[in-house]
Amino acid sequence: MPTSTSTRAPVEAPASVRFARRRQPARWLTAGAALVLAAMFAHFLITNPRWDWRLVGGYLFSADILRGLLNTVLLTLISSAAGLVAGVVVALMRLSDDPVLRWVATAYIWFIRAIPALVLLLLIFFLGALLPKLSLGVPFGPEFLSVPTNRLISQFSAAVVGLALVLGAYSAEIFRAGILSVPAGQLEAATALAMTRRQRLRRVVLPQAIRVIIPPLSNELVTMFKNTSLVSVVGYTELLTTVQLIYGRTYQTIPLLLVACLWYLVLTSLAMIGQRCLERRFGRGFAAGRPGKEYSR
Amino acid sequence: MTFLRLSGVRKSFGPLEVLRGVDLDVGRGEVVCLIGPSGSGKSTLLRCVNHLETVDGGEIRLEDELIGYTRKGDTYYPLGDRAAARQRRRFGMVFQGFHLFQHLTVLENVVEAPTRVLRRSRGECTEQAHELLASVGLAEKHAAYPRELSGGQQQRVAIARALAMEPDVMLFDEPTSALDPELVGEVLGVMRRLAQRTMTMIVVTHEIGFARQVSDRVAVMDGGTIVELGTPSEVLGAPKHRTTQVFVRSLGERT
Repeated sequence: MPTSTSTRAPVEAPASVRFARRRQPARWLTAGAALVLAAMFAHFLITNPRWDWRLVGGYLFSADILRGLLNTVLLTLISSAAGLVAGVVVALMRLSDDPVLRWVATAYIWFIRAIPALVLLLLIFFLGALLPKLSLGVPFGPEFLSVPTNRLISQFSAAVVGLALVLGAYSAEIFRAGILSVPAGQLEAATALAMTRRQRLRRVVLPQAIRVIIPPLSNELVTMFKNTSLVSVVGYTELLTTVQLIYGRTYQTIPLLLVACLWYLVLTSLAMIGQRCLERRFGRGFAAGRPGKEYSR
Repeated sequence: MTFLRLSGVRKSFGPLEVLRGVDLDVGRGEVVCLIGPSGSGKSTLLRCVNHLETVDGGEIRLEDELIGYTRKGDTYYPLGDRAAARQRRRFGMVFQGFHLFQHLTVLENVVEAPTRVLRRSRGECTEQAHELLASVGLAEKHAAYPRELSGGQQQRVAIARALAMEPDVMLFDEPTSALDPELVGEVLGVMRRLAQRTMTMIVVTHEIGFARQVSDRVAVMDGGTIVELGTPSEVLGAPKHRTTQVFVRSLGERT
């Protein structure tokens, strides 16, 4: 029914009209399905006697388990710190003008990506078989200092070196992506303000790159907690190895694996809380409100 | 007498020759507007002045100091990172896309370079920043983040940020081209006041009205060279070169 402005009939005053919310019947369905699944899972956890919750409770804070947990945390912290430093250095090498640095960094990342972490750990632990002694000196020339490899490589140091090498390669790509995500104009403005290369990187590029880096990097760090369990192959007594040692003796496999799972859940929760704080801190100046909201339907 | 001297500046991007020997002398306190069709090399020339781009020939001197290079015998050696940065302290630059630091507030944007680069005290710099922000009409906005500002406001902050380094020369690279038409005036107003305070300025612009009223001289570029240079009334009032005639007519319709 075509109408022109002049002949249009007066419309009812909008004051009496109300706006309803859009009905979302599908949400009731998804919520219902989620509830049923959750109930089923809870039922399974509570009623199945083979979980043996009393035993789980008994082991959860036992001295052996806590010692294993402490070792896991220690291993994670030390190898993460070393791995992240390696990651930043390798990322900067890959972004460098120097073709040799770029090539070396790429080769490192290629190698670590190709070798499973488990194999790498074993290789490092058994380095003594390949190189009976490690020495410091002029390449192909005289040696100043020489140590038997097996004295240098303990279960702990093999684990740290292996895990740090893995994290270094994976986090390098994350750092590189973060640095590349900062618009070129930011760097140009910093250059025009007479900042040196170091100042541009530290004051302008990295603070903005971190915002992009945090989610994938948190992923890597949480993976790190769990990668520490690979270390059981070299016999370092972190959480999983401890648990395995106990159920190897007592055959209480399921309850003890549950103990390990509970502690991994706790550690991961702590890491995720940390991630949230960091995201809030480095999100300053970027989209306000809940991040990612604009992508919801 | 000559403050900033460009002699025979040449620059190529691969096979594309963008600057084919540009000569330009700018006196202290002078305002020169660079106009010309897009792709004529205006922005590239401006970016060579503070060595954001390397040059392939010719030289740029500010008060006889060679910019971007040292000369030994017949060879120019590029300056290292620190020496180049030191020279850039004398140039302020304003970009078409503002490029404010997104993770810093307005005040932090203005304070950043003087405290980090010139190592002046934070208190002194903060005081100066508040004055500069007031002078561009943004005293109230010091705690806002760049994203919360309009384009015109962001560009005025960018000007304040450049001025905080107390440069000898200000370079403007199409400062109003990314702005909505109603916001152009506020940025040009700030630039006009700056020109009156005898700042040496090189302005790449399409704003013929601004060039006519504010600049001491207008340079018209085409195909990588300056084809016409003179006072605004000469160049814009009675253009001699064909490019200028066509260009001024096409822009004249807008203003």
